[in-house]
Parts: sequence; structure tokens; C-alpha cells
Amino acid sequence: MSEETSALPAYIPPKARSLFEPHRLFLMAVFLVIVFCAICFMRWDWLPRYGGRLAYGVWQTLLMLFCTAGIGFLLAVPIGLVQVTGPWPLAWLARIFCTIIRGTPLLLQLWLLYYGLGSLFSQYPEIRSSFLWPYLRQAWPYGFTALMISFAAYEGEVMRGAFAGVPRGELEAARAFGMSRFTMFRRIWLPRAVHRALPTLAGETVLQLKSTPLVATITVIDVYAVISRVRQDTFLTYEPLLLLALIYLCLTGILVAGFRLLENRIPARGA
Amino acid sequence: MPSGLELLSLSPPGWGGVLLAGLMASLQLAVGGYLLGLVIGIGGACGKLYGGPILRDLLEVYTTLIRAVPELVLILLLYYAGTDAVNQILLLLGFATVDISGLAAGIFVIGVVQGAYSTEVLRGAIKAVPAGQIEAARAYGMPPLLALRRVILPAMLPYAIPGLSNLWLIATKDTALLAVVGFSELTLVTRQAAGSTKAYMTFYLAAGVLYLLVTLMSNIVIGFIERHARRGMPRTV
Amino acid sequence: MQNVIKAIAAAVVLGTVAFGAAQAQEVKVGFAAEPYPPFTSPDASGKWVGWEIDFMEAMCAEAKLQCVPTPIAWDGIIPALTSKKIDMIVGSMSITEERLKTIDFSDKYYNTPTGIVGPKSEKFDATPEGLKGKIIGVQVSTVHQEYATKHFGPVAAEIKEYQTQDEANQDLAAGRIDAVQADAIALDAFLKSDAGACCDLKGNVEDDSAVLGAGIGVGLRKGETELKDKVNAAIKAIRANGTYDTFSKKYFDFDIYGG
Repeated sequence: MSEETSALPAYIPPKARSLFEPHRLFLMAVFLVIVFCAICFMRWDWLPRYGGRLAYGVWQTLLMLFCTAGIGFLLAVPIGLVQVTGPWPLAWLARIFCTIIRGTPLLLQLWLLYYGLGSLFSQYPEIRSSFLWPYLRQAWPYGFTALMISFAAYEGEVMRGAFAGVPRGELEAARAFGMSRFTMFRRIWLPRAVHRALPTLAGETVLQLKSTPLVATITVIDVYAVISRVRQDTFLTYEPLLLLALIYLCLTGILVAGFRLLENRIPARGA
Repeated sequence: MPSGLELLSLSPPGWGGVLLAGLMASLQLAVGGYLLGLVIGIGGACGKLYGGPILRDLLEVYTTLIRAVPELVLILLLYYAGTDAVNQILLLLGFATVDISGLAAGIFVIGVVQGAYSTEVLRGAIKAVPAGQIEAARAYGMPPLLALRRVILPAMLPYAIPGLSNLWLIATKDTALLAVVGFSELTLVTRQAAGSTKAYMTFYLAAGVLYLLVTLMSNIVIGFIERHARRGMPRTV
Repeated sequence: MQNVIKAIAAAVVLGTVAFGAAQAQEVKVGFAAEPYPPFTSPDASGKWVGWEIDFMEAMCAEAKLQCVPTPIAWDGIIPALTSKKIDMIVGSMSITEERLKTIDFSDKYYNTPTGIVGPKSEKFDATPEGLKGKIIGVQVSTVHQEYATKHFGPVAAEIKEYQTQDEANQDLAAGRIDAVQADAIALDAFLKSDAGACCDLKGNVEDDSAVLGAGIGVGLRKGETELKDKVNAAIKAIRANGTYDTFSKKYFDFDIYGG
């Protein structure tokens, strides 16, 4: 019965096809023609003038991405943990935090921090004269905070599921071996939860990369801001944006490939 | 200059009315974009599962591209390019150009972005429908459209709803990005109100509460729909 | 199943087009979707008011055009014009050589000097020497951005670019930047507001007409001479019949048209 089902042509999954089938070759040819037309008929003469600034922008974007994702993940672990096992006030606080951050647009949070909180800070002379002011004057701490909080909230939700999903038996086995609560957390619970959360981490990091251009709206210079500058200098509508899309496409591709490499190095049972 | 809650009252000098109008615009965008995304998603999922090889590859390119490029960049590209392209095509076909309103362009942009994600969600859901059910529909001689309407779509709904409800929440938040192209939705009118009155905290917090309310109410409705769609499904373990 | 896909695709295209086609042909007049007093700013009922809105209404009435005010993001306003999202720019845009390569302009309809403001507590001049080591805020894609980059770029600590003028003013008031360069008339409105109490005018910058342009004009698409002629005739007419002075008096106690 099941044999017959899978024999129907409509249900063959589209994977496992060669890259060099006739229709793919045809599509690739069409694609090459489009790229060729884009190079020939659109204006790209501005590219050399902005090369250095673009590289700097990409570097800033990546820096922003990895720092916020790294620290955000470190925050996500306690946020996930207290929701599973913490005392109820902490669990509630963590849940409310996740709901609020995930329920409002990042752009709004960013502007609230930069324009709202930033203008409040400046009203207090104590803050203005403190050693923190040179940092609070700049834009990137606000962008950094907003991105980090957002990543912590989204990943915290994932970590909650991951902590809750670690089989009870493993934790009980650890206890039976006489592990203290902390050792059990460090040696069994945390590694297993992180392992479970790893597949989603790749997706969340890509989402985080796609959120980084928002910081350009509060005057942080990243690759998006550089391209905006090009748009304003040259009055071109499409070319800079197409290049920007291409840059992000490459960054996403590299990220995904990197995570796949990482996942392959971590042994999984079965498979 | 009025202060505090007075600024949020519904009639001038309060800006509450403006904020609510912005919220309505945001919701219109979200609903329109979400529905357009669903239509694209159904088409895309069917195309990916049953279409010819070229169509499948093209759809693969579409979903990969859209999901790899930041929404902000896509919105900028599509907002200008989308309307331009429609007019160019109309000119080529010999029609007069049309005036595409900001709302239509906004819905188009959100719809195209949502379409890529809902294609993937729906494809997964259709694949989760036992093949025998679809074959039974064919065996009874149902034409493809009828089978889609009567069998495939209802049967895949329980599998699709978690993904689709997530997409709805993303759609409501993605509308905020249209502030960057100057579309007067909630985030932009908030920024204008905050800039005009210098009460930045008041307005950003108020807008945050409005967005949060939309999310929380959506969650309630989604829970209801989920229970409704799961009737007759075996309980998951 | 192929038929299904084709049908849905056709429906989507038709739906999008029909949705947009519902509106009649009008002249969409674009301006920056941000508070830019006293020229364009939203009031608490969501309506746009200001000198430039009055000017637009008078000019459109004179030219018998059905104008629809269309607020749009400033940094995308020229692409919006060239991609036909709007048909005209009445947004305090200076007529410059650089912009004339891409779009066309009507005759000027007002002129403004360029000023620099800074905190009251600090004394400096609007010269490259005075701005040495300072962080200067400007709005993106304005003549001020170009001017500041050209004249102050080598000496200033940083030229910070903002999407809207309002944000630059806000950051000046919040102490995040040391100076703002902008149109003197718009800066005057900022200094008179509560938020502007922190700061005062440090002076007007030295003229550089190659960068600062020759007054403010209505931005138009290239090749639309018919519309351009209408607009020019209308500006001339409202200048001659006194309408221009009547609504200008509501906002300014000097001649904004300039020499």
C-alpha cells in the first residue's frame, strides 16, 4: 500500500536532483544574461569610490551581529532557566519580558531607547557629568542594547523549550550519581539544552543579521548606512540596494554554511 | 503645552486620535499583506509540490532570496521597484500607467515578503496530510481546484496553523518597517507626534502598548482558532 | 494543478493593479514626513500645516491643479519622484547643480541663509576654525550635508547624518552633538521652541552657491515641461497678486522670498 503511494509521480520530493539538468542549465543561462544586463546597463561607476567604506560597514554589521548574539545568548540561558525552574516571581518577570519584547517591533524599541531614554538621560546633570556620558552620547550603545535584548528574548523562549525538553530520566540519573544541583546543571542539563537549541540558533542568528540594518536609523554606521549614503550621493534607486541585497545574501549564506559545519562537528545520536 | 496623559487624549490637542489612525493603517497593511502572502503561499506551495521543474526552481530561488535578505532592504527595493515595474509592464502592454497608492504598495511589499515564508509553512503542512486522502479525492474524480478546496486545504490546516499564526504576528511587526519609506503607520505617526511635542517617552511607550495589545489579542484569537481546527485530530503526545 | 497556479497568479497581479487603479489621476505633492516647522509639520489632528503647505495650496489653486499632499521619507524623496510615486516635491529643496542632473526644478519660491546652532554654554563661530573638533549634525541628502562635509569635514570630529532635521535638533538638545547646520529659518523656529532653549545661533555660514544652490524650488521630473510652465506661471502669479505675501505674514516678519 505504502509502496504504491510513493510510486505516484506527484509525491517525489524535489531534492536529489543534479545541478546540470537541462532546465537548470537553461535557468542558469537566463540568470547569467540578467546579471550581464545588470552590469552593462546599470550604473556601477560609484563602486570603487565606496569600496573601503563598504568593507568597514560590513565589518561593523558583523561586529554588531556577533557581539549582540553572543551576549544575548548568555542572557537567554538564565531567562529560559528561570521560566522552567525558577521561583515564580522570577519566572513571571522573565515571561513578561519575553512577551513585551516579542510583542512589539524592534524599530519602536530602538527609537524608544535612543530618542526616549537618551533624551531622559541628558536631563540629569549627574549623568551628563558621569564617566558613562561619553558612551551614552554615542549611538551604538543604544543599538547594541536593543539588538541584544531582542536576541535574548527570542532565544530565551527557545531555551525555555530546550530546558523543559531534556528528558527527566537523565536528570534523575545525574541526581542518582550524587551530583550536586550545580554540577548537574553544569554537566548535564545545560549541555543537553544547548545541544537541543543548536538547530534553532542558526535560524535566530540569521534573523538577527536581518535586524541589524535597523540600527542605521539611529545614526550607527553599518553596511546599510553606507549604502544609504551612496543612494543619497548618486540619486540611484536600484543599484545600491541590489548590491546591498547581494551583500546580505552572501553574509546569510556564509552564516548558514558556518553553522552547518558546526553542527556536523557536534556528535548526535543515531543519524 | 499639555503634558502627560493629556497628550494622548483622543481629540486635539491630544494625539491619541492620530495614533489610533496610525494603528488602523498598520492593521490594514498587516491584514492585506498577510492575505496576499497567504495567496502567494498557497500558489507557491502547490507550485513547489506539484509544479514543473522550472517552476519549482524559480520558487526555490524566490523563497531563498526573500528569507536571506533583511526585510528593511526588501521593503525599500520593492516599494520603489514594485510600483515602477507595474507601470512599466502596463506601458509595454499599451495601457495607461496607474497611480499606485501607498497602501497598495505597502500591502504588496508585506505580501511578497510574507509569501515566501507562508510558502514554506504551507508546503510543510500539505506534505503532512496523509497522501491517501488526496488520492482518494482524485479517485473520486475531483478536479484539482476542487480537491484543493475541499480536501487539501482543510486537511492541512491543523498542521499549518502554528506556523501561520507566527507569520501573522511577524506581519503586524513588519508593518513598522514601512515607517522608513514614509508610510504613515503607527510607528511613523508616533515618531512625528513625539518629534512635534518632544514627549518622546510618552508616545513611544503608548505605541508599544498598542502593539502589545494587538499581539495579546491575536494570541487569544489564535488559541481559539487552533482549538477549533484541531477538532477530531488525535491528541499529540 | 498548473491551472490553479496560473489562476492564482493572474488574480494576484490583477488584484494589485485594480487596487491601485481605483484612484483618479491627481498631482501628488511630496514633502518630508517629519516635523519641519514652520514649513511642514503635522498637528494633533493628523493634518499637515505650515508655510509650505499654504504655499502649495495657493500655487495649486492658481495653476488649477488637483494637489494631494503626500508625506514621504526625505531620504527617498528623489527616487519617489523619478519612480512616479509622487509628481512634485514641495519640500524646502534647494536648487543645486547636483540635483539638476537627476530632476528638474521650477523657479525658486523662497530663499534662506544657512545657519549653525550650538549650546549656549559654548562660544564658537560658524567657521571651520570655530567648529574644529566638534561633532556636527546635518540632515542626510541636504545641501548642508554636502556643505559641512566639504568645508568642515577636514576639521570637525565627525559629521553626523540624520534621517530628519527634527532628530538632529533633538540630539543637539540632548547633548549628543555639538552643533547643527541647517536652514536658518527652520533653525529659528527650533530655537524659539521649548526644546531649543538649550541653544543659540552661532552665525550663518559663508556662502558657497555651488553647494548651497540658488534658492528653494519645486522639484519636478525631467521632461515634464508642461507642468513646469504651469508651476512657474503660478508662482509668478501669486507673487504678483499678493497671495504670497498674505500667507507669508502669518509666519514671518521678513521677506522670505529673498533677493
